[in-house]
Amino acid sequence: MSSAPDLDLDHVAKLARLALTPAEKASFSQQLGDVLHHIEQLAKVDVTGIEPTAHAFPVVNVWADDVARPGLPVEAALRNAPAQRDHMIVVPKVVE
Amino acid sequence: MAVDLFFKSIAELAALLEAKTLSSTELTSALIARKSAVEGRVKAFNSSDDADALAQAAASDARRAAGQARGPLDGIPVGLKDVISVSGQPLTASSKMLANFVSPYDATVTVNLKRAGAVVWGRLNCDEFAMGSSTENSAFGPTANPWDLTRVPGGSSGGSAAALAAGEVIAALGSDTGGSIRQPAALCGVVGLKPTYGLVSRYGLVAFASSLDQIGPFARTVEDAALMLGAIAGHDPLDSTSFKAEIPDYRAGLKQRRPWRLGIPKEYFGAGLDPAVGAAVEKAIAFYKSQGCEIKEVSLPHTQYCLDTYYIIATAEASSNLARFDGIRYGHRAKGAKDVVDLYAQSRAEGFGAEVKRRIILGTYVLSSGYYDAYYLRAQKVRTLIRQDFLNAYREVDALLTPTSPMPAFKLGEKSDPLALYLCDIYTIGVNLAGLPALSVPCGFTPGGLPIGLQLIGQPFREADLLAMAHTYEQAHDWHTRHPQL
Amino acid sequence: MNYEAVIGLEVHVQIRTNSKVFSRVAAGYGQPENTLTDPVILALPGALPVMNKAALDAIIKAGLLLGCDIAPICKWDRKNYFYPDSPKNYQISQYDQPMCLGGAVEIELPGAARNVMGEHKKIPLTRIHLEEDVGKLNHFAADSLVDYNRAGTPLMEIVSEPAMHTADEAFAYLTSLRATMIYGGISDCDMEKGQLRCDANISIRPVGQKELGVKVELKNLNSISYVRDGIAHEIKRQTAVLESGGTLVQETRDYDGQTGLSQSLRSKEMAHDYRYFPDPDLMPVKVDEVWKARLRGECPELPFAKQRRLIESYAVPYTITSVLVWDRALADFFEAAAKLSGKAQAVGNWIVNDLLRELGAAKLTLAAAKVTPAHIAGLVALIDAGTLLPNAAKEVFIEMFATGEQPGAVMERKGLKAVPVDTGELEQWCRDAIAANPKSLADFKAGKESALNGFKGSVMKAAKGKADPKRVDETLRKLLAAM
Repeated sequence: MSSAPDLDLDHVAKLARLALTPAEKASFSQQLGDVLHHIEQLAKVDVTGIEPTAHAFPVVNVWADDVARPGLPVEAALRNAPAQRDHMIVVPKVVE
Repeated sequence: MAVDLFFKSIAELAALLEAKTLSSTELTSALIARKSAVEGRVKAFNSSDDADALAQAAASDARRAAGQARGPLDGIPVGLKDVISVSGQPLTASSKMLANFVSPYDATVTVNLKRAGAVVWGRLNCDEFAMGSSTENSAFGPTANPWDLTRVPGGSSGGSAAALAAGEVIAALGSDTGGSIRQPAALCGVVGLKPTYGLVSRYGLVAFASSLDQIGPFARTVEDAALMLGAIAGHDPLDSTSFKAEIPDYRAGLKQRRPWRLGIPKEYFGAGLDPAVGAAVEKAIAFYKSQGCEIKEVSLPHTQYCLDTYYIIATAEASSNLARFDGIRYGHRAKGAKDVVDLYAQSRAEGFGAEVKRRIILGTYVLSSGYYDAYYLRAQKVRTLIRQDFLNAYREVDALLTPTSPMPAFKLGEKSDPLALYLCDIYTIGVNLAGLPALSVPCGFTPGGLPIGLQLIGQPFREADLLAMAHTYEQAHDWHTRHPQL
Repeated sequence: MNYEAVIGLEVHVQIRTNSKVFSRVAAGYGQPENTLTDPVILALPGALPVMNKAALDAIIKAGLLLGCDIAPICKWDRKNYFYPDSPKNYQISQYDQPMCLGGAVEIELPGAARNVMGEHKKIPLTRIHLEEDVGKLNHFAADSLVDYNRAGTPLMEIVSEPAMHTADEAFAYLTSLRATMIYGGISDCDMEKGQLRCDANISIRPVGQKELGVKVELKNLNSISYVRDGIAHEIKRQTAVLESGGTLVQETRDYDGQTGLSQSLRSKEMAHDYRYFPDPDLMPVKVDEVWKARLRGECPELPFAKQRRLIESYAVPYTITSVLVWDRALADFFEAAAKLSGKAQAVGNWIVNDLLRELGAAKLTLAAAKVTPAHIAGLVALIDAGTLLPNAAKEVFIEMFATGEQPGAVMERKGLKAVPVDTGELEQWCRDAIAANPKSLADFKAGKESALNGFKGSVMKAAKGKADPKRVDETLRKLLAAM
């Protein structure tokens, strides 16, 4: 069992906006350490001159014409909102 | 003994509906009754709207009475994995995060099934956000394997496979990012097809890893899988990655018989393969040989890198895809957050389960500043090599034969270590990385009575060939006529 | 020590399209909250983006107008960060392969006098890329409310090189860039509606030093004059800090146009790590020569090129062109009237002075006005023929502006046609005027040309405005020469 030397779990969890409990931190650190250790073998592959694959089948220029279509009625748009007021979503006060 | 209605195939039921010896209402009612009888043990459903299903069935019967039946799927109840959107129905992705979410729109596959007349019924359990290989990661509890209720049905589309095997639906849809249709199909003794990337629209599928995800059918028979695929495949202007491919008549194509050249990738028969699974697959290979097929050993040299490549790409994409689950516009919102940053962190901490969190952390890490080139970019390049392996093999063979899963269904709770669970996917993830079609067809049982699946991996957009090959095998065997005792 | 400021601008311009950049729900401003959304805009589970062809056309056109290199292939990236106005918590943008590279914005600096053309300069651009706009947060005492109508509006980010040195240059840059976007039909650039937004990166360094000083990002420069005032204030502030022996810190400051002050946005936030990666949901864009050629064919003449041409072809003064060319419709109106009339300068004066004054007073746009180029040309022709005298012409203009009647008809109806004044009577008025102004007479004889105006005033008074100024001038000179 190994823990990843490079993985700053607090920093990454902050980036991912995930609050982790101490127990989660301990187990994730070890589990992800194993996974990252396994992943290290990718460094052995010679990828010189190899193009990265972003899409399984490369196609370009997939678009639609600029014709507006009806969207969701505001009631449907906000139906699943945890908190709403005046047809808007309520969030804790955002300070820039 | 006559086969119970709920174990019949679409093709058989379509004939009964056509002959009007059976109505969709009767069929749907029979399934609702079957579900009541077995669901307490199988737990394949997250929810189901029985009244809505009966209304759809009545509409189907009315169409048929008016001479306007829409084809073989009209009136057939089909279950959907709970990551595929149905307007007005819950869409939970088996997560606490979406426990109360009701989708306001239909996925394209849902539109297509409804257009074909199918009764779209049931939200089927899965691993949370389709992340897992056992359906144990569901926030609503695991699904049991109908062949042995102490075992997992596989995953992530375990609910779809189990509901079908248990006779609770006639066919189902799942999604496959690294084997999530094929592996549970193998473990539950049904047919599961993962189409070529781009053949079936992803619009309305809760995204796990966008460049790998595909929706595909679960069916009792290869013919049923062909019918289902025909209904859901096709270009969709709402999905930019949807391919403008010609959709053949897959059912008509089942009859084609050729001396196919079949490749056996040697890397798929190494250590870790269960002997019973290996033996069943060898027998299937012998069958194809007896049918005049050329059997050829091939090599996919980058196979050992598939798992790592997959976990980098899939988690990276997932970390971004799942950022939208933040408790703002919908979904679980933590109480008492002191500011918006806290609201995100707490809502996501409470809403997501452990495996989802692990993958978000891993994906965030591999994309973070200073690591992108070493992980993500490198993985994308290795992905190119993996894809080239398959395309090279296809210069010599028409398709590849492999086990679907290295082992049959394992015990619930048996694999608690994430890495051990990830290894369940070693035969299936290469297909997703290469964007290829593949299906799993039952090819026997272990001495303990657990189903075994044979995987056929095909060339891009050649699902018709794959189905014909599987059909050839199925016609000569009776595995698909066996059903679990429940 | 003398300091030099170095300024770079990041300008966001909303592209005017019918639908949003990655979904087909309508784009628009001023609609009721959350009525311009769909599953894509709200980032509902399962929704997927699809590019808007018109937005691509618009950014390529913008690039061609500004002389950028258009990338033969460009892709989409996800910029990952959490913020409540960003529904997916990533923004679809272009990171390392933007649509446009290089190019420049031509600017004119203030001239030595109002009627003298200033120095022209080209401010080089770094890049232009396309991305999606975010929603809008409304802040209240205890919470904030989110409206996603704006989310997904196509947005161009136009980044200049740090190549400007004064607030005037930044002002001129923005004025020119804005006119270019409006000319190209790319955006309405209404800053009040947030269609054009500007952030400035400002640093100062001792004159002669090569390295850049500490950079401050100034945000919320939400009108063109705020941009000028805000930058001027920031340069002054930085200079004062350095001159008093202080040190500057790299920070983001918020400019308040009302108070003219700026305030540091305490950047305790962690360093941004946007985790850019190619968006797997979208395919790349490939731009070929045929596409570019088609858009090049739609590119209009830009303001400064137009100005040079107007001065050359119509011999109109700089002051007139400097008003005309910033409004494409007005410049077109001028050219049409000038061609009809042949008297470009007179036509230009009527447009720049009277027409703009009346449009302003009536709060009308040119397109909504009843006056056409033919009206102006007709008016100038009547004046030129001596049929309409200046004061009467002003009256005719106001009337035809209000009613749309032709100038000749207004003149007839209101009885404003010039009545030819009897030569004897005119001479008498002139003699009386000369007699009544002995001082002006003396001045004129001493070579003071302007003394003539004193007589003219008296003659016009006696003639009750009915005398043709040209004839008055001639008659006075004739009489004075004989004295």
